[in-house]
Amino acid sequence: MTIGQTKFRCVLRIALKMLFRDHAKYAMLIGGLTFCSLLMGQQTSVFCGLMMWTSALVRNIGAQVWVMDAKAEQANEVVALRQIELDRVRSIPGVAWAVPLYVGIEQARLSDGSFQNIQLVGLDTGTFTGRPMRMTEGRIEDLRLPNAVIVDQVAVEKFRKKGIVLEVGSGFEVNDKEARVVGICHVARSFLGQPYIYTTYDRALEYARPQRKMLTFILVEPTPGLTPQEVTDRISKLPGLRAVTREQLFWETVRWYIKNTGIPISFGTVVILGIIVGIGVSGQTFYLFVHDNLRYLAAFKAMGARMPTLASMVLLQAFFVGFVGYGLGMGLTAWFGHAVLRAEQPPFYMPWQVPAFVAAVILFICSFSAVIGLIKIARLEPAVVFR
Amino acid sequence: MKPAIRVENVGKTFGTGEARTFALKDASLEARFGELLMIVGPSGCGKTTLLSVICGTLNFDSGRIEIFDHDLSTMSTGAITRFRCQNIGFIFQQFNLIPTLTAVENASVPLLLNGHRHHAAEKTAAAVLEQVGIGEKIHSYPNQLSGGQQQRVAISRALAHNPRLVICDEPTASLDAASGKKTLEILKERALQPDRCVIIVTHDSRIYHYADRIVEMEDGHVIGIHEDPKNFHHA
Repeated sequence: MTIGQTKFRCVLRIALKMLFRDHAKYAMLIGGLTFCSLLMGQQTSVFCGLMMWTSALVRNIGAQVWVMDAKAEQANEVVALRQIELDRVRSIPGVAWAVPLYVGIEQARLSDGSFQNIQLVGLDTGTFTGRPMRMTEGRIEDLRLPNAVIVDQVAVEKFRKKGIVLEVGSGFEVNDKEARVVGICHVARSFLGQPYIYTTYDRALEYARPQRKMLTFILVEPTPGLTPQEVTDRISKLPGLRAVTREQLFWETVRWYIKNTGIPISFGTVVILGIIVGIGVSGQTFYLFVHDNLRYLAAFKAMGARMPTLASMVLLQAFFVGFVGYGLGMGLTAWFGHAVLRAEQPPFYMPWQVPAFVAAVILFICSFSAVIGLIKIARLEPAVVFR
Repeated sequence: MKPAIRVENVGKTFGTGEARTFALKDASLEARFGELLMIVGPSGCGKTTLLSVICGTLNFDSGRIEIFDHDLSTMSTGAITRFRCQNIGFIFQQFNLIPTLTAVENASVPLLLNGHRHHAAEKTAAAVLEQVGIGEKIHSYPNQLSGGQQQRVAISRALAHNPRLVICDEPTASLDAASGKKTLEILKERALQPDRCVIIVTHDSRIYHYADRIVEMEDGHVIGIHEDPKNFHHA
């Protein structure tokens, strides 16, 4: 190790001691940055979770290509298609197979007379395309039994709150028609929190209130060798139809909610508040910390510390508190996420972009605070120690 | 014998236009090796400014300063800083001990700035603290020490890296008579070596007799250099 490196390490050690032993400011800095990280991380993750809920149907069904009305903008708000459109889609070269899917909000009446809005999903009777990925009880094939439905975990939970135990063999009514539970599944929760009730497409049409058009989506599988995008391009040439890939529908749905609801403004405000708190509390505290130490830093300067040494000290102090605050904040966010994921609400989804975003903001706050301090130090005359 | 420090016709002004103030006007002096030189004078006479330009913490406008054969006027800021780091020890009026560092940590700062390893620096600093009589207080924080003890820590910090020049700015101003006397005794005993030089700026007449020579200043001028401090009486 060179003299320069030794000096650097030892002086940085002094810088950390100066930071740690100023207990009040250290606690204030860590507290401010932890709160800021927690606020941003938690709120952004809840926002992402909420956006995931909006596209729950797309993720639950999982088909590669979705065909819908040309004017449909997102997965949860579609205009039904004529039944003949299914044959038109099947006739397109590149379509390996195409199956119908019914999705609609219906009313379930329980044995005690109370009712519950449900999201009825009608799967293609022959193939069960779009079936729930995880069955916790029963078998998907039992949907072929008379009046058979499969309910999700949300239905079990909601019915239980109303005092009704929903299990395989239980029954309820959907629009005055009998439905018998043959299985329980675990799927992604819907945005409005209605339980998903799966049945066959034909039976879904019987349960649903009759309308002239009943076909909600057509699910398509491209022939081997063709990409989903190539097939969607071909299908979209049909008048009145629009085909999108799973990813496109996912993002279109998320974007629709971002654009057409107040959700981003509400969450964005909290995130901005987090940034303001971070800059306000931590930035100001760090500025005070540097300001209070200015006389000693001037003494360091007089004793022969050069600007890079002093800058390293201040940067280390700023980034150290940033690192600790960020770690604690994200740890608390993860703890919150762990707790809510068990309860399945409120929504929580933390992709890698969330910690990266929070890290970038914390980095900005620390850099901002450090630069303000460094400007003061750079302007500091070492001779000030004699005044 | 060549002097340790030579200051020749140094001038320094602050401000511009009508607000321009002459802090130093053609100030000249010499400090010899093994000497304790005091710069005295009334408040605002330019003592501290002269001290600041001698140690290179303040630029001067005119004249020439030579310290241990180094001409400050020809050196870059970086070179002056390095020179200061290696060759000058500081004792400030307000001590300027870092409140969050212990006595030994404070005293080891100049050693760390000179590239010493942490443990070696603290060992050396502890030895110097022992020499100045506060060996039992090395792990105390400044706020746990009396003014006199704090000043001894400051002396230890100034001497720890064995500098050739020790600069003291009003070292007894914040101390009672007994502590001030003790401070000067320690300085004379520990700081003064044949190859070293100590410069003290003060207006505390109680300590004049510790000086080897006294430089008297008034209105930015050096108005007299007194070879016999015992008979010096400041007006």
